[in-house]
This record gives sequence, structure tokens and C-alpha cells, in this order.
Amino acid sequence: MASLVGSRVERKEDKRLLTGKGRYTADINIANQTYAVFVRSPHARAKIKKIDISKALKASGVVEILTGEEIAADKIGGLIAGWAIRSEDGSEMKVPANPPLAKDSANFVGEPIAVVFAESLDEAKAAVDLVKVDYKVLKGVINTAEAMKGETIHDGIDKNLCYDWLLGDRKAVEDAFAKADKIIKVDLINNRCVPNAMEPRACVVDYNTASEEITLYTTSQNPHLSRLIMSAFGGVAPENKLRVVAPDVGGGFGSKINVYNEEIVCSWASKKIERPIKWVAERTESFLTDTHGRDHVTHAELAVTNDGKFLAFKNETIANLGAYARVFGTVTPTYLFGPCATGVYIIPAAYTNVKAVYTNTAPVDAYRGAGRPEATYTIERLVEKAALELGIDRTEIRMRNFPTEFPFKQTLVHTVDSGDYVAGLKKAKEMSDYAGFEVRRKKSEANGKLRGIGVSSYFEACGIAPSAVVMSLGCGVGLWESSEVRFNPTGQVSVYTGAHSHGQGHDTTFAQIAADELGVGLDVVDVVHGDTDKGTFGMGTYGSRSLAVGGIAIVNACRKIVAKGKRVAAKMLEVNEDEIDFKDGEFVVVKSNKKKTISEVAFACYLPGSRDSDFKSPLPEGEEPGLIETSFFDPSNFSFPAGSHIAEVEIDPETGEIKVEKYTAVDDFGKIVNPLVVEGQVHGGIAQGIGQALHENTKYDETGQLITASYMDYTIPRADNFPEFNLGFTCTHATSNPLGVKGCGEAGAIASPPTIMNAVIDALGGQEITMPATAEKVWKACKTMKKSNTKAA
Amino acid sequence: MTKVTIEVNGKKVSKDVPDHTILSVFLRDSLNLTGTHVGCDTSQCGACVVHVDGKSIKSCSTLTVDINGLKVTTIEGLVKDGKMHPMQEAFKKMHGLQCGFCTPGMVMSAIDLLQNKKNPSDTEIRKWLEGNICRCTGYQNIVAAVKEAASKM
Amino acid sequence: MKTFNYHSPKDVKTASKLSSTSSIFLAGGMTSIPSMKLGLATYKDVIDIKNIKKLSGIKVSGNSVTIGATTKHAEVASSKEIQKKIPSLSKLAGGIGDAQVRNRGTVGGSIANNDPSACYPSACMALNAIIHTNNRKIEAKNFFKDMFETVLKKGELIEAVEFKIPEKSNYQKHPNPASRYAIVGIYLAKHKKEVNVAVTGAKSVVYIDKDLSKALSSSFFSSAIEGMELDSSEMNSDIHASADYRASLVVTYAKKAVEAC
Repeated sequence: MASLVGSRVERKEDKRLLTGKGRYTADINIANQTYAVFVRSPHARAKIKKIDISKALKASGVVEILTGEEIAADKIGGLIAGWAIRSEDGSEMKVPANPPLAKDSANFVGEPIAVVFAESLDEAKAAVDLVKVDYKVLKGVINTAEAMKGETIHDGIDKNLCYDWLLGDRKAVEDAFAKADKIIKVDLINNRCVPNAMEPRACVVDYNTASEEITLYTTSQNPHLSRLIMSAFGGVAPENKLRVVAPDVGGGFGSKINVYNEEIVCSWASKKIERPIKWVAERTESFLTDTHGRDHVTHAELAVTNDGKFLAFKNETIANLGAYARVFGTVTPTYLFGPCATGVYIIPAAYTNVKAVYTNTAPVDAYRGAGRPEATYTIERLVEKAALELGIDRTEIRMRNFPTEFPFKQTLVHTVDSGDYVAGLKKAKEMSDYAGFEVRRKKSEANGKLRGIGVSSYFEACGIAPSAVVMSLGCGVGLWESSEVRFNPTGQVSVYTGAHSHGQGHDTTFAQIAADELGVGLDVVDVVHGDTDKGTFGMGTYGSRSLAVGGIAIVNACRKIVAKGKRVAAKMLEVNEDEIDFKDGEFVVVKSNKKKTISEVAFACYLPGSRDSDFKSPLPEGEEPGLIETSFFDPSNFSFPAGSHIAEVEIDPETGEIKVEKYTAVDDFGKIVNPLVVEGQVHGGIAQGIGQALHENTKYDETGQLITASYMDYTIPRADNFPEFNLGFTCTHATSNPLGVKGCGEAGAIASPPTIMNAVIDALGGQEITMPATAEKVWKACKTMKKSNTKAA
Repeated sequence: MTKVTIEVNGKKVSKDVPDHTILSVFLRDSLNLTGTHVGCDTSQCGACVVHVDGKSIKSCSTLTVDINGLKVTTIEGLVKDGKMHPMQEAFKKMHGLQCGFCTPGMVMSAIDLLQNKKNPSDTEIRKWLEGNICRCTGYQNIVAAVKEAASKM
Repeated sequence: MKTFNYHSPKDVKTASKLSSTSSIFLAGGMTSIPSMKLGLATYKDVIDIKNIKKLSGIKVSGNSVTIGATTKHAEVASSKEIQKKIPSLSKLAGGIGDAQVRNRGTVGGSIANNDPSACYPSACMALNAIIHTNNRKIEAKNFFKDMFETVLKKGELIEAVEFKIPEKSNYQKHPNPASRYAIVGIYLAKHKKEVNVAVTGAKSVVYIDKDLSKALSSSFFSSAIEGMELDSSEMNSDIHASADYRASLVVTYAKKAVEAC
């Protein structure tokens, strides 16, 4: 039987999604439902003096209006930070309370203050306009770099500082810097991005007055985790009375990890008003209240020798958390960022210091890559600048500092089990015709255009693990993943996973894995996920973990099925277990070639006996009936995909417009389960990264109004913003899991911002420019360049 | 309130609708045709694209009363005799979708492109699709799918 | 969205009679419906003029092209006659919004709305258009008053726009990267006696740039305006483009337009 793992299998979920039969949260309606619309703060920072709902309560169709008073009275807990980070001085991080409905103060534009439930959406909206909130408007703290100098936002949190964290050895770094031939320096802004999953957040809640069970349909990347948080911290309902269903979810990119205010409020309120509730965000609400990504201000330095050897690295970063610390908000700029700071290079000494600050802006949390794009951008800008300043080819300087032996123990934290960085970069150079660039540059010049080339080599630490380590670093939960595999009596297989698919294609890739392990056809395997009532508890999907952690839980559960099957088959075939081989779905006695198919064995497991037989069970003594196995997989290490990307851009100096002319990506994701799906993940990641580098400008004005709160002002990339991406792969197997797989979902978004920016800066003759490199910024840089060229002449 | 009669996916529908009812709301809430999605408030994202009298339009910016007497085709109306439309098949074959949220609008828009231009170039496809935002695919496999469909239609 | 009464009159007279201070004529609705949805505008009556047959269609005479008010952008873009007589006008229409907007949006709607970054007003200015209403004929240069403001009176309805056929013309747009509206749009038209450089997007309302027009009238080469520095003091400035950048773009795209003629 040909292996399904490794094949370009078309996706099982596509027919449903292509014919309009997908079932997203907003598609769900429940009889007698009410419609929720939230009253949101129009101010970035204000004291809430009084809320007058009297007029709104009398408005047509209004069922109920609830505020922070009621939610506090019912002792419903707030939103949480999932990781406790300690400062360099050993003190615990400072975290403000984040109630689901703000009671005393509002801290960002869009923060929910109250909620109206009405018979129709129009009526709920009309009533929201009648809720009068009396605010005392305060001066907000908006700017990341200036946040520590602003007024104190949250009582008791001095300088608006959540923590001042250090990873690495300052002294070793300073010693190495003292011996360096040259110090390369960069000042960078990693611009804030709005994730913009195309499906706006939504929730539908149904409270069953008989069973007292709440069912929450929601747009979540991790329904089990949502239930845990809502139960343990929100106190909304005990876990056994709370069912969370994340049906088809239209993209996440990190923005659907958090449990949000609206989900807690609607779940709590549904029980209170004994009516189903539906809430669907408008796009502007999504812009204002979805967690945002990135937003770092960084100064970094790299100490080098004249022949291009890297000696030491330091990074001083201010990371904006927004108004509150959320689930991955505090870990993104620390343990997801600092350990990746030295990139794919041997750098003997390094440290990263991060000051995480609160501001009156939307909370910042994980966004595709989470911390790793910020780390990669920093080191790859430094490396490119080092190449320029030392006069060494940008690929050569990288090669000189790549490790060539694996496992590679990095200076800071990670031991990278496998990789071949040299092979990746060589392949990328060939595929992109790196050698031919100067000819293309001259050709562009002849047309009055500026052409630049940029390279970036990256590695990613994904599938965060093992649990004991992450919990020792402050994580509130273990980051294992679970699976249950049910081999049904009549031969089909149901695979339950705690991971969640919101575009990744698990229905297909996980089925490929299970079908191969069990030797059955793809058509008889169903993957079930996204419902806390179906299958085992799981941690969900983020951080490129689903395959490398969740996929392995499936492998292990399948192997338990096969192991039990072998014991049963041995009894059925009247041989010893070690005389049997399992291959292509059959248990075969090696010597006699007598066999039982896995379906026959499964049937026997459920129906262990037959009429008129001699009372013999096919089950070995002590063996339980049934063929269902569960696995919780906790990997021994992260997985470490890596690669090199090369881009070419062309700039029209008169308009400043940038055209991405060529983009080549060579990635090592270990064993690839489905190339079709993996390529799609890479395309999407690259596109998001190019979006960050060139287009996406999240702009708050000085009063904290988000002025890019719709697609009229926030430049979300369109089809005509991209060239065709040219993909290649190398392969070294991960050693931390039995399939040898590595994560692939975030790689594109990690590698592409520095690749593109390095190309833009190359085109601009080395002039620094901040992301996003918009046409006007580039136009200005071109003018400066022209001036200095004229002077030089 | 106005009584409208619209042919939706080949079936005549007559209903009284409030004058301010947006077509996407009518399709989703009154007819339960939830394959038409709404992804923005400013008619930019294109998740709501349907055909009215064969031409692609954004149903989130169209009044239901305004299309009284016309024919509407939604993503649900493309399957004929249990077989997907060649454009749907091509999206599946080329992995032109991931989360699937923008997909119905993307497919409806792409079909209209091929009605206007039989064998569009990459550039023409990318230009035509500027009214459809996808956050998952980087558009590459969508372009490939449209080309694949063009070769089959 | 707030409720309103929808009317679909069959003739201009009835449409005009229905109008009030709290009504809007609905053509494609590509701007008016999103603004009603967002609560930026509310009306008691929405008067759909698409069913008035005489308002739609394209007529070409010896020296002009007349386009009915409710003619869609897609029709103008694909019209063989317009492509022949004023290709730049087809190009302009083919670049408005996106394919779906072009399938609904109309020339009359665009002009009546007078968005400072809309494309069509620049064509009206450069092509010495005459706007035909149910009451009078208005020269384009007298039509556009200020941002979202025209000289149209209550009950006055655009019936058609008559564009003069130039010797040469071209339209160039630097789109807003997010909305794809014009940050700067240049409609350049060379008539027998004059050259018009109409500019949209740069200021609060469309205008003819006198300096560029004059320079190109004496010498219709891009070198005639190379290096010209325009006064940016009245130009728009926003997160997408500063006034200085806009001023520079106006000259750059005027050059591109000349070169494309």
C-alpha cells in the first residue's frame, strides 16, 4: 500500500467549504435567540462615572442591559495572562485586573462597558445609542517607546511596566563587545499588525434550563482551553456544565486564542436571561478589540570580527502589551522571542532584555509567529548590515556563522536537534539565481528603477515543549496534546484531536497519518475536533504545534490500537504475538501467511464471541473489549524548522512604490505529510509577512483613536500585491517525534519581513527605513539618496 | 415593507421584506443560505459576492428591494446534479482555500472573471480579484485555481 | 441600518417630486449604502432611479460622448465606442473600485457624490463635460463645489454627462493602498485649443492645475513639466500621503500621462 503521508492529497474539508455548507459560528441560529450589541468605550482612557441605561431599557425590543456592576456582583472573573514572567530582579510581573465589562475605568477604545440584548440586531444597535455613559476622560498613554514616561494607567503598576526581563549573560556580552573589531547597531520598530482573520469573531450561546448546561459556539482556535479558562478563572460554569464548540472557524493567526470579553459576558448572561444569545463582530469591532500583534521598539547590537565572525549579541526591547496582559501576551516578547534572538548562528555570548509596557491600546498577543518574527527581524537586519559594513557577501557572512553540526546547542536556551542551514541557503541561491542579480539590477537602473536583493535565514522554535519545562518558565498549563482513536466495529475510524483546524487542513492531514498507521483507506477515517463534548481535552492550535504535537498523539493512539490488535489477532490466529507482523492493515503470521485484517480484529474486539461456538472469546485473558485508545503526547523538545528566503524588489523612485519582483523560499520542515497543504501554509505566511513589511500600518492617533479601523485605511494585502512565490524544500528529520515532522504554519511570516526589508534597504543603498515601507517613506528615502548622490558627484 | 419576488438559485422566492434589508442579510437570515459570508462593513472584503442576473456584485451593499424581479445565484446554487462547478473543483484541486471563509465570494467573483475573459493572465486574475480579500492563501493557489478552471471551462 | 422608505419611480418627474431634504437618489449605491449601514447617513426616503430607462446608455456624436447617469462603470469600461473615441475614459472606469463595484456603480452617482478622491470628477473637468440635469446643463468647471458638495439643488437629478472628445488624453492614478481610491488621479486631455490637467485626490475638490496645463499647452512633452514644484499648501494630508508627497505625485503622474498619450 502506498504511503499517504507525503502525498498531495486533496482536502477532505473542501467540498463542504466550497459549496457553502461550511458551518461558521455566525451561521448558527437558535430559536428564540436574542441579539447582543456591546456599548464600547469611545475613549482610550477614562474613568467611568455613571452609566444610565434607563432610556435604553425602554427602547423597542430590548430584553436586558447588563453592566460591569452586575458581572462583578455575580463574581464573574476577568480575562487572564497565561504566563507569569519574572523580572530580572526576581520580582513577579504586574498584571491589572481585566473584567469582562469595565466597571470603573476604560483603558482602550472599544473596551466593552455594557451590553444590550434585544429581539433584533437593529433594535439592539438602536438601544446601544441610548445608553448614556458619563466619562471623565484622561490623558492616554499610546506610544510604545514613551510608555514608561506616561501617566500610570493601572493603579500600582509603576512606569506602566509589567516586567523587565532578561535572558542571557550581560557580562559575557560586554566582555565580547570589548574585543570586537566592529559593532553593528540597529534601531528597529516591529510594527503593530492587526491579524484580520477574514471571519470576524462571533459567539452564540444556548443555555439549557433543564440540564443547566451552557453551550457556547465560538470562533476559537482552542475550545478546550477556552472552557478551562472560562470555568477556572471566569467562574461562568463548572467544566461539566460548559460545552464549548468551535465549528468551522475562518482563520485565526493567533487572534482567536484568547477567551474574549464577549464570550464570557454572553455565556454568563444567557443563563441570567434564560435566552439564547447571538453576537457577531463587525469588522471595525474586530479591528478595535481583536488582539493585535508585534509592536516592539528595539535597539540591538552585534559584535563582529573583520572577517565576519559573530562574537556577541545584545537586544534591548520595549514591547507593547496594550491595555491588558492576555493569554500569550506576556510570553510572546519573552520566551517566544529571547531564545530565538541569535537566529541560525553561532554567537558565543548574547542577551535580550525586554521591558513590557501597558498602553491605552488594544491588547497585544500572539500573531502568526509570535515573538519569533520579531527576533528574526532583529538578527537578520543586523547580519545584513554587518555584511554591508564589512564588505562581505550577505550569503557568505551567513555561511561563515552557521553551525554545521547537529544537535546544535545554542548559547541561550535551545538545543536544535536537526538542520542543514548551509544546504538551505545554497538551494535558495540557486533557485533565485542569486548570481544573476547584478545584471537584473543594471537592467532596472536603465529603466530608472532601483532594484534590491534581500536574504534572510531563520529558524523557528515551535510546538512548545515539554510541559514540565514550559510550566517551570511560568506557563499556566502544560503544552501537550491529546488524541483518541476509535476503531468502530464496522470498520471506520474516528480520530478525535484536541488541536483545532481553522484553515490548516487537519481533516485531511491527520486522516493521512491515521490511515497510514492503521493501514486503512483515507475515506474511512474521520477527524473530529472543535467540541469539548467530543473527544479528549486538548490544548488547541497555535505556535505551529498541531502536527508536531497533536499529530504525534494520533500516531501514538493508533500504535496502541495496533498493539492491542496484535494481541487479539495472535489469539485469533492461535500463534504468539511475536510471530505476527502488522503491515498494510493486516496482521500476518510470518511463517504461515495466515492473516486477519484490522477490521476483522476490530469487529472481534467489540463482538467477542459467536453463537454455537465453544464459548471461546477471541480476546486474550484480561483484555477488555472494544478498540479505542487515547494518547497524551508531551514532546521532549520543540521542533526547529529553518530555512532561507531571498527576495528582489524594484522601486520607482518617483512614486516610492515597491514591487516585489521575485520571492524564493527554501524551508526545512522535516518530513512533510501533505506538500499541497504545506505549500499553502508557506504562501500564506509569506504574504502576511510581506503585508507587515510593506503595507500594514496600525495607526493610533495621539488620543488613542485607532485611525486604521477598516479596510478603507488598513492596507490588507490583495492578490495584486504579490508575485508568484517560488518554493523549495530541504529535509532533515526532527528527532523529538516519531514522524520526524516540524511545524510549518508560521515560517513564512517569520522569514519574509526581514527578507523584504533587507531587499528594500539594499535598493535604497543601505538607508534604514521602518516597516511598513510605504510608498511615501520610500519616496522620501529616494529623495535623500538622490541628494547625497548629487553631493558625492 | 415591500413584497419582493426573486429567483434564487433557480427557485422563485416571494417574501415581504423591510425596505432597508441588505441582500446578504436576506440570503443568510431569511433563506438560510449561509454560504454567503460577511467579512467587513465597507464592501471591501468580497466574502459576500453573489451573482445578480449573472454578474458578480457585493450582496452586503445591495438592497433586497433593489433586485426585485431579478435572478440571484449564490455559492449554494453552483452545484448541478450533485457535481461541483468546474471553478469549485479547481479550487479543491489546487488548494485554493484554507479556512474557507472568503472562498464563496472568491469563487463567485472568479466565475464572473471567466465570463468576461476566457483565458486571463496571472496579472489579469490578480487585478480582477482586488475586491476579494483572503488572509490565508497568499492568493497563489487561488490564481492557480482560476487558471485551472479556465482550462476546463 | 436605520429604516427608510424605498421608492422606485419609472420617470424623472416622479423621482424629482419624491425628493426632500431627507431623501437620497440611489443609483449603484456603492457609497450610499455602506454609509447608511455605518450610520454615517440616514434618510427617510431612498429614491432608486435605476428603473428610469432614459437615464442609462451611451451615445456618441461627432464631438462628444454622452453617458446616461445610471450607466455602470463596467459598461463604460467595456464600451467599444468609448474605447475608440475616448480610450482614457474607459480606462478610468475600468479602474474604479473593484469588479463588483464596477458592476453596480454609476457615473451619475460618482459625480453627484463628489468624493474628493473619486476618479470621474477629474474626467469631467479635463474633458470639458456638460452635466445634464432635469433642469439645466451645467459645465463641469461650475459643478463641483467642495468636498461631497455640488451645485445640484433639491430635486435636481443628473440625467447624463456629455464628455467632449479630445485629441489625446490619458488617466493615471496613484491608488490609496488600502481603499484603492485615488490618492492622486490625473486626467490629462489635449483639446484643439487647450490642454487640461485635472487633478483628483490632491485637494478637497477636483481642480484643473493651471500651471501644468499652461506648460503642457505650450509644449506637450513631459520635459515641459519635469522638476516643476507645485504649491502644496492646500493639498490634503493624511496617514496615506502628506501634502508634499501629493504635490510631487501630481507632477509625476502628469508626466506619466503625457508619456502615455
